[in-house]
Amino acid sequence: MVAYLIRRLINAVVTLLVVTLVTFGVFFLVPKATGSDPALLYIGKQADPVAVEGIRTKLGLNDPIIVQYWKFLKGIVAGRDYANGPDITHCSAPCLGYTFKTNQEVWPILIHALPVTVSLAIGAAIIWVLMGVIFGVISALRRGSIWDRSVMTIALAGVSLPIYFTGLLALTIFVYGLEWLPNADYTPFFDNPVKWFTGLLMPWVTLAFLFAATYARLTRANMLETLGEDYIRTARAKGLKERTVIGKHGLRSGLTPLVTVFGLDLGALLGGAILTEAVFNLRGLGYWALNGIRTNDLPTILGVTLFAAFFIVIMNLIVDLLYGVIDPRVRLG
Amino acid sequence: MSLGPETSLHDESTPTADAAQERDTSEKAIAGRSLKQIAWRRLKKDRVAVGGGIVILVLIAIAILAPLLIKLLGHPFDEYHNDKIDPTLSLPLGKLGGISKDFLLGVEPVNGRDIFSRIVYGAQTTLTVAFLSAFLSTILGVLFGMSAGFLGGWVDSVISRIMDFLLAFPQLLFSIALVSVLPQSMLGFNTRWSRTIVLIVVIGFFGWPYIGRIVRGQTLSLREREFVEASRSLGARSPRILFREMLPNLAAPILVYTTLIIPTNILTEAALSFLGVGIPPPYPSWGGMLSDALQFYRYDPMFMIIPGAMIFITVLAFNLFGDGLRDALDPKAR
Repeated sequence: MVAYLIRRLINAVVTLLVVTLVTFGVFFLVPKATGSDPALLYIGKQADPVAVEGIRTKLGLNDPIIVQYWKFLKGIVAGRDYANGPDITHCSAPCLGYTFKTNQEVWPILIHALPVTVSLAIGAAIIWVLMGVIFGVISALRRGSIWDRSVMTIALAGVSLPIYFTGLLALTIFVYGLEWLPNADYTPFFDNPVKWFTGLLMPWVTLAFLFAATYARLTRANMLETLGEDYIRTARAKGLKERTVIGKHGLRSGLTPLVTVFGLDLGALLGGAILTEAVFNLRGLGYWALNGIRTNDLPTILGVTLFAAFFIVIMNLIVDLLYGVIDPRVRLG
Repeated sequence: MSLGPETSLHDESTPTADAAQERDTSEKAIAGRSLKQIAWRRLKKDRVAVGGGIVILVLIAIAILAPLLIKLLGHPFDEYHNDKIDPTLSLPLGKLGGISKDFLLGVEPVNGRDIFSRIVYGAQTTLTVAFLSAFLSTILGVLFGMSAGFLGGWVDSVISRIMDFLLAFPQLLFSIALVSVLPQSMLGFNTRWSRTIVLIVVIGFFGWPYIGRIVRGQTLSLREREFVEASRSLGARSPRILFREMLPNLAAPILVYTTLIIPTNILTEAALSFLGVGIPPPYPSWGGMLSDALQFYRYDPMFMIIPGAMIFITVLAFNLFGDGLRDALDPKAR
């Protein structure tokens, strides 16, 4: 078990290294190919050549790519100094560098944005798992009924709707039309829990609806497959109550595959719900990612990519460990 | 990808589609019909899937006939019609965003461009990107998936690792970033088509592991089957076994997953255009129109509803058709 854990952790670190290396490589090489200069982005277009050269030295943009990557990694673990002769800026660990345009440290920006994204993702996840599983299980148990058909029709519509459309519809109807809900807005939980809740309610529901549709379809399909298994028939033949058959024997293996999907979805969302944040104007990781991309800001892009990959890798690890617990056939080792 | 719901490809249909096996059992019931004929019969009976298929055909026709349709029913997609706009509010004159006989779907706020023409041209972009990127994903997925499953050994471990890695990659984020740094025009194409190519390549590239995984699994199980062994003992070489013996048996799952990846691609393309890194203005795309609507949807909701509804209808049609196709080719999934 310990050996397994160590192996997985090493694996996770390697994945993170590869992700950052790929991102670094792409955003290092592409501007070169297209002829845009990060130093100019940093200092503005009309800068004099001496200043540009100074910035280049300070940011280490003249170093070979591998040296730059090494310094980037070192910055995360141990902090780094940007130096151009006597002009030294210290950036303490974990250092993700400074934004090109506004010259702010990237790490605090992202840490500040994290609670927004985490609140959004976790809240939505609770709603969509509950809704998806409950509706999916009932549909599977009443296969072919009106309930089943209507739930599955709605679910099919749900998987075909993009959030940037449903989000705008929800805003038009519930905020500006009926005025039932306040506009989406993030208030820190500890400042005002009620405002935190009401401000995030609409993004949660909108985001959860789309995922719930997928989960309802998945749950139904898995449950139907499980309920067709021999051991369910055996359980019934033993005279167990239907509740026990479904609750103890059916749900456990019917819902196991969902755990994998859930881990991937939540991991992806924690790294920045780009579309949701864009529609509802929430300043989470996704917002900064988009902002960084629009302004060609390599340090921000790298930082968010690293965060995003981190969450995906961690969630994958958690899922795999959980699997050992919930599925007795899986042995870790 | 944080697109989430549209990644409904996750093993939803547990690809039991061992096509050959299906054929064996059904052939006992209906002697002498090929899988193709059986599937076609089943598909024809599935009214929902047929409906989806018809919508898809209509959309393809619209995309191909776009220039003609616009000549007959619309106006050039980048022509301004300031006389259709209320000068103080910059909103379209008339009800429902200015829908009239002349402007079938109304006009855009501010500059009064014909929404109908933009929707029609948007269909061109959307379908081109969705089909070609699905095609690219399929080719890569089949190529790598079959190599991994058939060759095994280190080839398998390398390819499987790459697939796992790509699936655990912040894809949307990376696609946005990648698309945004690539040049606006290249290879002598104008901005519209070079962006289209970039979108096809990026979306297609990130889509291949979904197909690759399934193809690999199927190849692994097919490799051990008697007919492959028989072919080998008759002296067939690997290429022949791969392409003449195994590929036909993989056709069914490949077809199904290619169909089901198309709606995902449509949503990704629209998402990228919505975020402003897809098809550049003034060229129309549905996602780009939704993004333009962000400023105006409170006052002119039709401007937002029309492109959104088009995305919805198109994706739904592909999902319905894909589900029907899967059911037709793989009766176990029912």
